[in-house]
Amino acid sequence: MSEEIKNFLYLNRRAPYGTIYAWESLEVVLIGAAFDQKVSLAFVDDGVFQIVKGQKTEQIGMKNFSPTYSALGDYDVNQLYVERESLEERGLTVDDLMHLTWEDEDEDWAEKDSIRVVSRAEMAEIITQQDVVFSF
Amino acid sequence: MSDLHTINKSPFEKSSFDSCMEHVLEGSAVLLYEDGVYAALKGTAAEGKVKSVQGVKVYALGPDLNARGLQEERVIDGVEIVDYAGFVDLAAKHDKVVAWV
Amino acid sequence: MAIEVDGKVLETDEEGYLVNLKDWVPAVADEMAKEDDLVLTEEHWEIINFLREYYDEYQIAPAVRVLTKAVGKRMGKEKGNSKYLYSLFPYGPGKQACRFAGLPKPTGCI
Repeated sequence: MSEEIKNFLYLNRRAPYGTIYAWESLEVVLIGAAFDQKVSLAFVDDGVFQIVKGQKTEQIGMKNFSPTYSALGDYDVNQLYVERESLEERGLTVDDLMHLTWEDEDEDWAEKDSIRVVSRAEMAEIITQQDVVFSF
Repeated sequence: MSDLHTINKSPFEKSSFDSCMEHVLEGSAVLLYEDGVYAALKGTAAEGKVKSVQGVKVYALGPDLNARGLQEERVIDGVEIVDYAGFVDLAAKHDKVVAWV
Repeated sequence: MAIEVDGKVLETDEEGYLVNLKDWVPAVADEMAKEDDLVLTEEHWEIINFLREYYDEYQIAPAVRVLTKAVGKRMGKEKGNSKYLYSLFPYGPGKQACRFAGLPKPTGCI
């Protein structure tokens, strides 16, 4: 492709299930991943609740889309930035999050972590380095 | 990069304003519109953050202030009021828009 | 729209995908294939079953390039390529195979 590859960041700041934003964001990410751009996700504020492990939605009658985050690696979305302060404010640590990985085809499918916990200051830098930020 | 950050939620109802103020970098700008304009008022709990943010120009959308009965004299000194064309100019002159929705 | 399988009428959307995932039985795939002038072989079923497992694990129907890569990883490069998958599913291995498998239209197919 002759077009320039751009950096796209999806900025997720809302909890799942209460509103449709989290699922909509995930769907847009998966659709957008077809366009050969560099895509990463940021989880800030209540957005960190999207990737908490152990979600069970049977009793609220909604689709549990948390397993879909594990498919992001297949879609070449390998960079999930999670803000440390947002976790701490909510009494969470990285151990409360799903273990999300991607497989590196160039290294015989070696499994690598997708989640990177970053500070608020680092998150501000990550946001400013993008070409495009989509907010959900 | 010099980004335009936009906030359209009341600082008293949502975390959009607080979160934006903690992620905005020097040399960028913040535009308050819709319910975001409540953060532009003097004497609120948000005023301190608007005044103390370093090297960041803050704008408020005039039509949204007027709609809410908020006269110009109630707006924090240093916050610049812009119209829709001003909003467009701001979006155009920055590298990108970061929306805190 | 609808499809009749084993005497039961199952609801489908305007593109022929099953509306209710739970309606699926293997005969659905056979019936849909017949309508597309295909006879399902073991090779087709290998992909259909793979798609169903993928959906079960990730709750999405994979885009065709994701399917191709995943098949390559699981079954080897000789199957994980578009030529092989299109030879099985001429209307598109993502769209057609997902339809046979009772899944929604793939996420990320445009």
